[in-house]
Amino acid sequence: MNILEVYDLTKFYGDFKAVCGITFTVKKGEVFGLLGPNGAGKTTTINMLTGLALPTQGRVVYSGTDYTHNIKKAQHLMGVVPDESNLYPELTGLENLCFCGALYGLKKAERWAKAEFLFEQFGLKDAKDKKFSAYSRGMKRRLTIAAGIIHDPPILFLDEPTTGIDVASARQIRNILKDMNKKGTTIFLTTHYIEEAERLCDRVAFIVEGKIIEVDYVDELIHPVKDRNILILTISGVSDGLEEKLSSILPGFSCKRLSDSDIRIESDRAFRTGHIIRIMEEAGIDVMEAKRMRATLEDVFVEVTGIEAQEMKKEKEKKAQEG
Amino acid sequence: MNNLIAFFAIFLKDIKTYYLKPPNISWGIIFPFAWAGMFFIRTGGNMMDVMSILLGIMAISILFGTTSMLSVTITFEKKSRTFDRILLSPIPLGLIMFAKTSGAILFGIVNAFVPYLVAGFFVNLSHIHLSIVMAAIVLISIASTFMGLFIATSVSEVFEAQTFSNFFRFPMIFLCGLFFPISKLPLFLRPLSYIMPLTYGVDILHGAINHSSALPYAFDFAVLFLFCAILFYISLYNIKKRWVF
Repeated sequence: MNILEVYDLTKFYGDFKAVCGITFTVKKGEVFGLLGPNGAGKTTTINMLTGLALPTQGRVVYSGTDYTHNIKKAQHLMGVVPDESNLYPELTGLENLCFCGALYGLKKAERWAKAEFLFEQFGLKDAKDKKFSAYSRGMKRRLTIAAGIIHDPPILFLDEPTTGIDVASARQIRNILKDMNKKGTTIFLTTHYIEEAERLCDRVAFIVEGKIIEVDYVDELIHPVKDRNILILTISGVSDGLEEKLSSILPGFSCKRLSDSDIRIESDRAFRTGHIIRIMEEAGIDVMEAKRMRATLEDVFVEVTGIEAQEMKKEKEKKAQEG
Repeated sequence: MNNLIAFFAIFLKDIKTYYLKPPNISWGIIFPFAWAGMFFIRTGGNMMDVMSILLGIMAISILFGTTSMLSVTITFEKKSRTFDRILLSPIPLGLIMFAKTSGAILFGIVNAFVPYLVAGFFVNLSHIHLSIVMAAIVLISIASTFMGLFIATSVSEVFEAQTFSNFFRFPMIFLCGLFFPISKLPLFLRPLSYIMPLTYGVDILHGAINHSSALPYAFDFAVLFLFCAILFYISLYNIKKRWVF
């Protein structure tokens, strides 16, 4: 059963087409990821689905009811966690959660009990009486997620949930999201961390320049490339014309320079790492390190969209730091 | 019931975070005293002058208190995206804005009664029609607050809100009949006086305090009410057009 159906959703800002007729569905109880580079239309899509932006065209259906022209009526069904925290810095953590509960009509005793439970669940019990402005970035993000689910919404929207926070907090948030999903909450998230999407999502959609390029189950997307053999080598001694040189000494292999010292070699045929290293060293290329890898969702993303995932990640992280 | 819970949560949150802050409490007390002192020195310090300056101080206290607070707090919340949190909740937009403005309306009313209570220590206020004064203060407060809301929904930055507020406030002080009777203004300025909500509020206060209103009470109240409705409607339109676009 679909909890969300989106048909031909389009958004113009003046002449600029931010989202171009996207269509997809989100099944009840799944984790759905929207992946794409900066400016692809992810946040605009979330804004249209949650009522912070009006669609120029298209339809938004929640649990079988068309709410396109009155998303406000569907807002009790959703929790929203934006890419930047939107809680009140001058209120304590507890006051913030209770305020958010009241916005959804929770009575005083109910919102206090729910807030206490969430502080416990999100590991923020000791910080509940601290002002929100005194929270660390990771704590702020966790509390913002808690505020998004205080009214137990059937579907939770998260815009870049782990961007700009430390590794431990990011892991904690991923575990929280997995737990929530196990308990039945449908999760719709945008992320530029493709490995995060691979770990968390049941299905993903690739969005580029406002268009959805591909939507499928993660396993289905990875299936065609799962047998691919990939070798990442750290080399020294060659700077110019490396790719041409590799093509000539390793015919039938796909070779790509990742950085000054790293190259990626892949083939559909099985090969031995030692054999490749020997050929390269005979050609005067010193191999410092070799690492075998399996094909991931990132490989599929790069293949389908033509966008380098590493570049996308750097761009987003730079933006998060500037913010 | 759910909407009522949300309404009071927004109202009480604003009272706590903005209007009960020490700088705002001191503003509410110092501002009317500063204006009273200014007029008192100018008129030579006669106790009888208290009655002539009372309504001006009450009106200016409301105007400055409400427009300053509301235009700045809403612009600030929009800028810091905390306002989005409220927009994302399932409360009708009109009710959200009514909750956001209620704190400022109450702040304006309290500000107006500070000079009234202080004046009571110096002169006899028994001849004043208190019920009419109260009704006028409430309506002036609502109209000024909605003007602050209109300003907040028309700008993007906090400094713009302050500048834009002054664009409305200062002409209004001089043209609404507080300091000079409208009949003594140059002919070309008089139409401007009649498109300002404060003119009608001040006229009611003139009638209730000094028994010298120029227009019938019913007309003044009706026009003030109309201004409130128009300003609120335009503000909601601005929000839909500029913030949920």
